[in-house]
Amino acid sequence: MNNKALAAVTAVLAFPALVAAGPDDDNLVINDELDMISVTEAPAHTENLDTIYSGWHFRTDETQALQIDDFDNPAMIFVDQAADLFETVDGAAEKSCASCHDGVESFEGLQASMPKVDAESGKLVVMEDLINKCRTDRMEADALKWSGADMQGLVALIGLQSRGIPMNVAIDGAAAPFWEQGKEMYYTRYGQLELSCANCHEENWGNMIRADHLSQGMINGFPTYRLKQAKLISRHNRFRGCIRDTRAETFAEGSDEFRALELYVASRGNGLSVETPAVRQ
Amino acid sequence: MKLRLITLVCAMTGGAAFAAETGPKDVQFDDYGAIEQSLTGVAGDAANGALIVGEKSKGNCVACHELTALADIPFHGEVGPMLDGAGDRWSEAELRGLVANAKMTFEGTVMPAFYKDDGYIRPGDAYTGKAPSAPLTSILTAQEIEDVVAFLATLKEQ
Ligand code: HEC
Ligand code: HEC
Repeated sequence: MNNKALAAVTAVLAFPALVAAGPDDDNLVINDELDMISVTEAPAHTENLDTIYSGWHFRTDETQALQIDDFDNPAMIFVDQAADLFETVDGAAEKSCASCHDGVESFEGLQASMPKVDAESGKLVVMEDLINKCRTDRMEADALKWSGADMQGLVALIGLQSRGIPMNVAIDGAAAPFWEQGKEMYYTRYGQLELSCANCHEENWGNMIRADHLSQGMINGFPTYRLKQAKLISRHNRFRGCIRDTRAETFAEGSDEFRALELYVASRGNGLSVETPAVRQ
Repeated sequence: MKLRLITLVCAMTGGAAFAAETGPKDVQFDDYGAIEQSLTGVAGDAANGALIVGEKSKGNCVACHELTALADIPFHGEVGPMLDGAGDRWSEAELRGLVANAKMTFEGTVMPAFYKDDGYIRPGDAYTGKAPSAPLTSILTAQEIEDVVAFLATLKEQ
């Protein structure tokens, strides 16, 4: 982390968020050159929203600033480490990712279509699955831990190759049953507090819930760097945290339930630019 | 007769201190979601009620509601309506119904039920994210509900 980022982090901690209603109307431009679509018309299948917003619009100016310049973005250390890992030989087959993939740039566009149904197995797969399939089948190395730094660094590195490209996951055809399952979960009121994702992120986005400014719960910025935890946070880890906060028994990271929920939540953000690695408080 | 009944109830609830307590499954709501009868027969303690409303691990009502009486607690939410004047708008029976299970007053409301111990989807062991290891208890006890009601009744616009 450089000094400027450190100063900004300190500022965030010293001056907690002021009450602010609704999303702000700043423009998200990365490195002064990459215009992001962070506000756009909701896709037709996102029935109860007219406009969709990146979570960036709900954060403080200090947190926002950390995301608009890669030199200030604390996630980039982890992305750099993942770039090294991409080149590192591991496993019985004595291969690295780079042995098979001609530069990580070759993954441009992939993140915008994830999750998707694997034609061969008929299963819904997310980026972590694609990475671990290469690790175990092609490198003959150990699978990476879902929310570990190595895995989420690689997910962010591959996602970064699509930064700026609008999310466009398929929800029809083979994906339809998974999408329906995820939608059902989104509207289920889990836990002793009986709260669904929709109760907070569809009915109350823009409102404060205690000290938190509720966003629409979009995942186009994931993995995100969370200042509180000082590391990259996976999508499933965020889902787990939100469900736990309803006094519920959560689902596991890497469970089929969370894959389905990931597809549904991703589809609600179709049209927003891939933003990973975003920065959150 | 009365004494014998109390002994019987004590035996059934495993000797709980509040013999006259109405359990979460026995609460009677009227057609508008109000609860006429005190849950304990013991008058609520408004000062303790104020603590429960503000305390994160208890009612955590300020997560969703703003109220001037607790202005010294930082970060009040805006998911629910402002509670100032709630004691003017609602009778004690209505307030008891709202805190026990607001869904009986406002169908489908996001406000959680604080005096209910079954009928949940995937309930957890408090905020651990794990399945419960013991039978569920309501989020607030009967007396805590009465304390919160007593506090809410003091919220008058003067
Ligand atoms: C009790 C309220 C509540 C519920 C229920 C809830 N969330 Fe959240 N969620 C929050 C809060 C508070 C945050 C942090 C502020 C923000 O980004 O909205 C958050 C953040 C998120 C984020 C991160 C957004 C970003 O831009 O970084 C995602 C994704 C998310 N939630 C998805 C979900 C999903 C999916 C569900 C249901 C399984 C869910 N949430 C249920 C309160 C909730
Ligand atoms: C997750 C959000 C949430 C929490 C937590 C919550 N409430 Fe509410 N409450 C609401 C909403 C929303 C309403 C409005 C009812 C509706 O229209 O759905 C409401 C309504 C009320 C009302 C009637 C409002 C009025 O003044 O006219 C009272 C009184 C009340 N709540 C008290 C409490 C108390 C006491 C607690 C804690 C023990 C609490 N609430 C916790 C969301 C919440």
